[in-house]
Amino acid sequence: MDTAHLARLIPVLPEIVLGVGAAALLMLGVFQSGRPWRMVDYAAIALLAVAAIILVLLPAGKLTGFGGSFIVDDFARFLKILALLGSAAAIAMSLDYAEHVRQQRFEYSVLILLSTLGMMMLISAADLIALYLGLELMSLPLYVVAASHRDSLRSTEAGLKYFVLGALSSGMLLYGASLTYGFTGTVGFASIAHAAGQGGPAAIGLIFGIVFLFAGFCFKVSAVPFHMWTPDVYEGAPTPVTAFFAAAPKVAGIAMFVRVAVMAFPGITSEWQQIVVFVSIASMALGAFAAIGQRNIKRLMAYSSIGHMGFALIGLAAGTPEGVQGVLVYMAIYITMTLGVFAVILSMRRHSGMVESIDQLAGLARTHPATAFFLAMLLFSMAGIPPLAGFFAKFYVFLAAIKAGLYVLAVIGVLASVVGAYYYLAIVKTMYFDEPAEGFYNMPYELRVLLAICGLFNILFFVYPGPLVGVASAAAHSLF
Amino acid sequence: MTNWPILSVVTFLPLAGALFIAFLRDDAAGVRNARWVALWTTLITFAISLILVWRFDPSTADFQFLENRPWLGGTITYAMGVDGISLPFVILTTALMPISILASWTSIQSRVREYMIAFLVLETLMVGTFCALDLVLFYLFFEGGLIPMFLIIGVWGGPRRVYASFKFFLYTLLGSVLMLLAIMAMYWQAGTTDIPTLLHHPFPLALQTWAWFAFLASFAVKMPMWPVHTWLPDAHVEAPTAGSVILAAILLKMGGYGFLRFSLPMFPEASQHLAPLIYALSIVAIIYTSLVALVQEDVKKLIAYSSVAHMGFVTMGIFAVTAQGVAGGIFQMISHGIVSAALFLCVGVIYDRMHTREIAAYGGLVNRMPLYAFVFMVFTLANIGLPGTSGFVGEFLTLIGTFRINNWVATLATIGTILSAAYALWLYRKVIFGKLEKPSLFNIKDIGWREIAILAPLVILTILFGVYPKPVLDISSVSVTALIDNYHHALSAVQTAALTK
Repeated sequence: MDTAHLARLIPVLPEIVLGVGAAALLMLGVFQSGRPWRMVDYAAIALLAVAAIILVLLPAGKLTGFGGSFIVDDFARFLKILALLGSAAAIAMSLDYAEHVRQQRFEYSVLILLSTLGMMMLISAADLIALYLGLELMSLPLYVVAASHRDSLRSTEAGLKYFVLGALSSGMLLYGASLTYGFTGTVGFASIAHAAGQGGPAAIGLIFGIVFLFAGFCFKVSAVPFHMWTPDVYEGAPTPVTAFFAAAPKVAGIAMFVRVAVMAFPGITSEWQQIVVFVSIASMALGAFAAIGQRNIKRLMAYSSIGHMGFALIGLAAGTPEGVQGVLVYMAIYITMTLGVFAVILSMRRHSGMVESIDQLAGLARTHPATAFFLAMLLFSMAGIPPLAGFFAKFYVFLAAIKAGLYVLAVIGVLASVVGAYYYLAIVKTMYFDEPAEGFYNMPYELRVLLAICGLFNILFFVYPGPLVGVASAAAHSLF
Repeated sequence: MTNWPILSVVTFLPLAGALFIAFLRDDAAGVRNARWVALWTTLITFAISLILVWRFDPSTADFQFLENRPWLGGTITYAMGVDGISLPFVILTTALMPISILASWTSIQSRVREYMIAFLVLETLMVGTFCALDLVLFYLFFEGGLIPMFLIIGVWGGPRRVYASFKFFLYTLLGSVLMLLAIMAMYWQAGTTDIPTLLHHPFPLALQTWAWFAFLASFAVKMPMWPVHTWLPDAHVEAPTAGSVILAAILLKMGGYGFLRFSLPMFPEASQHLAPLIYALSIVAIIYTSLVALVQEDVKKLIAYSSVAHMGFVTMGIFAVTAQGVAGGIFQMISHGIVSAALFLCVGVIYDRMHTREIAAYGGLVNRMPLYAFVFMVFTLANIGLPGTSGFVGEFLTLIGTFRINNWVATLATIGTILSAAYALWLYRKVIFGKLEKPSLFNIKDIGWREIAILAPLVILTILFGVYPKPVLDISSVSVTALIDNYHHALSAVQTAALTK
């Protein structure tokens, strides 16, 4: 093989490193005697960091590989960095948990690495086949880690539920992909866009294809009406796994949703816009109202994430570069908020074990003032109160929606955000207004660092929002 | 040193103080230091804000002390500046903060550091609201104030504090988010969120109307106007004394300031068309909430309802868009800021001693607290609007300003002044006069030095502005004239365009 062939693999270099590294770590775990899991965890985080560095060092501009079915543009770079950060954080968050719950399996990190590899493929996919491959590579390890508490009934149930529904959604997605192929004669996004035409009404079969594809996407980002698995899986899965589910796979799911909608069907925006508008409204409303009654904080976070996906999809509904920029900013801020909150949830541990009820946070402001402060700020940020980062996340998607003339969507969106504010406030109330419950064990070091980083990011974002917004803008324009 | 960013310093100095307090230790010494740091921070901020008055040029309507830095990218910038309309509010804020801190000196005993931090952060956000010259920046400060106020009511409030804090937060948020959408629509229409530019931007009528309603949703809740005022009595009653002071004196003024800064100059046509709606709501507020105040059994609730009634005069005067009406609206807000703050402080004085706000629990206080009786008398009369107090000037100006435009509205509003005399004097008689019968009151002490230090400046200002209102009116007069000229200019331009069509 000469070097010209090797040079063509450069765009895929981060993925190759990740894949080879994951396989090597698996071998290391199997053949290393003693307690290999800690080393594997650290190595996995290092591997994710290396992949991120390689990604940043790749030549600028739009790179393609594998005959055009793999694409690295600014959009992909942005979201891949987010996915890598989310995965690395998820592994870091599991360190302490694994030690205390006697869940010391090195496979956990390896599975996360493989899932992350799937996400990277998914984010870069430029045709339907690559998309499906990436999606399955991402999802299969997720089913396994959801059930990784082998002896826990809830965990097993969560894994099974996730697998069955996930398989169903993959089927729908495949069906949509085959319809799309049948009516356009191609699988590449660019050529689908060409075949689907500009403006005029699309073929009815193609519309069916789009609907099935979008149904599959909605399942992956847990948007209404394909959200049913989310609360159960979030609650049943081990908490570090839930933290992982809430961050990185959401990023990848939104990435494929946006890329397919914008790259494959740009000429027939009016055909799919109404779907996204509906899904967005339904997700925001359900996320806002259904979360009110929750007493379990993991279930609450599930509904909260459904709502957040609804807000992020507002940007896609606009279908403009501003809208995609809004989605990207939203996802970046969303994962910091989510990871920060989960850092606190993971530290809700007493001598009797982990607790998950919101009431257990009572009086946290007295027992753990710093933790309570950061959590309160993250919750206000999730509610979208300025000057915290969450406000800017909502600001950009709504800005795009107003420009695109989606006034009804925008009004319903802001009203949903007010309803949603209620349950975030209710947690703040529990922490600050109620009499203290028994304190938790001190937070492990890595969780503290993570919480501080996420909290400070959300508090101080308004001081210098320029870089993130600028990069997101460049990334969004690379799609159009 | 003429170009230092004085507005940013005034705005963010309290935040620096809050950061400092956050690093104090959580013991007796730390608590003492937290109080002193907070007091000194607010005093220094007040001193610096006085430099603003000194260097302010009242002969121009332009914004002064301008600052402009790139911020959110594009045309959304960090822009600060004050004119004759916003400067009085900045001073009102910085002046009342040290008083609030002193008022909480002994009454707040738990979580003192957090309390002081919340107040200092709140000051930053309030001053920022009045100084911001960019709509998004304005919204940021305007809305951000919810967080510290929510915590102040919820953590240090009375028995129903949770209900009151949630109601306050959600009501205000609901109004504001609609304004945010209007801000975005204006951004896409005008291509900028720079306030000085938008003041002269001709928006199409349809957008004006929608945006006017969206801004109304926000400011009417904040003001508060009837019928969205119901959060106010709850929030006032449950908040700690200093929280009530800040709420009544400053947070309510953001609504009136918003009408003056945005609704009138940016949507002149809509304002003209919809002024009757504002008149109607103002009249209802003045008469109805005055009647409601008459039957209250809780001192703080009574004052809260009277605040709603007084704000009715403000909205009425502002939307009359006459020189007297607008100037009177501003003056009434400043005056109400002083008087209502003082009234809540007076309630705080007896609440600290007796731990009840029920009117029936008091009576005959004049026998034990002569000094307090005098002070309370001054503010009661100012609340009624007796000539010689600051309350009179504001009400009188808004009334004559409105009378020129619509004499029915002005006539009906005058009934409110009679009613205000009724409830205020009734309250005074019940609490201060009569026989000292209740055994619990036999040992009550008159106001001490700290309380005198808090209340004396307010007494002086109330009477000073009552007999000599010129300083406040002079600062704002050129800006008010420019506002009204622009308003009429925009309206006549539209009429000319319609005629030539």
